[in-house]
Amino acid sequence: MELQKACVGYLSNYEVLDILQGAKSNKQHRKPHNQLATISYQTIRYLEDTPSKKHTPESITGFLKAVQAFKLTKCEKLTLLNLCPTTALEIQLVIEDSEERLTEDEVNSLLQVIATHLGNDKTNDMEMDTDQ
Amino acid sequence: MFVLAEFEDNVRIRPWMFKRKLNDAIADELNRKLANKVYHNVGLCIALHDMTRIEDSYIFPGDGSSHTKVTFRFIVFRPFVEEILVGKIRSCSADGVHVTLGFFEDIIIPPHKLQHPSRFDQTEQAWVWEYDTGDGDKHDLFMDAGESIRFRIVNETFIETSPVGPSVSTETVEKSEVNLTSPYTLSAAIDEPGLGLLSWWENS
Repeated sequence: MELQKACVGYLSNYEVLDILQGAKSNKQHRKPHNQLATISYQTIRYLEDTPSKKHTPESITGFLKAVQAFKLTKCEKLTLLNLCPTTALEIQLVIEDSEERLTEDEVNSLLQVIATHLGNDKTNDMEMDTDQ
Repeated sequence: MFVLAEFEDNVRIRPWMFKRKLNDAIADELNRKLANKVYHNVGLCIALHDMTRIEDSYIFPGDGSSHTKVTFRFIVFRPFVEEILVGKIRSCSADGVHVTLGFFEDIIIPPHKLQHPSRFDQTEQAWVWEYDTGDGDKHDLFMDAGESIRFRIVNETFIETSPVGPSVSTETVEKSEVNLTSPYTLSAAIDEPGLGLLSWWENS
């Protein structure tokens, strides 16, 4: 086994969840490997507790287009996507030097963008289903 | 949190697997080799993502298996330093707070990276943030096991855990040592506003 490159790209939580769930349903007829089954099960369980569970490819593209205006780095956008912050305090943690780079209004509009694209506003119908 | 790592490997497919499609047999073999294992300086391997190149297969004299060189990409858990993650408290000890993500358990927040001032409560076996309410009083915030916690990754450590050679007299001692060291450890911090138990910041 030889390592070519330790990091050829970043994956969002949604992508990992999607791949693992897809793999699980594909391989039902086959005897799964112990280790793979264990790690997939545990990772899916963790990811299902995160906001990524409710995302769709459309909502993520919409979000990425909407945040272009904020001049964030790739990692910052990825973390925003994975965590879906709801408070200005969380934005401050994720974005380095956020006080200098973003004004208060921009932080608020960023929160608004997250809420409309990734938050619960759009998935109200889905939430109602799970509530019942 | 997750990255793609690219590897190259010579995969050996045993003859009794020949009835299966080559791609499937290789994918299974790679998952068997890497899934749920820590690759040194790469991270915790989760599952095969895709194979980017499969070269010709060879059969060598004296071995009925086929050998195929493949280049593939694997999903790997490796949060970058400074990344913010959310996990659950596994346990507290004098060494700090141990955090788990379910699939990965070796995250530790050392005492000096906790909210300041914090103390370790021996009877409760939990760390306590002595939150200053501002009027000279302080409010004890306990960090109990099972609570959700938000933290920042500050450091990562890889330890080579190659099998220890056979030893004559100190065998039992070495065994317990091997069990204790984990190949990939993350150290984290919660010493900023907004970090720590999710419930601490809910109303802010």
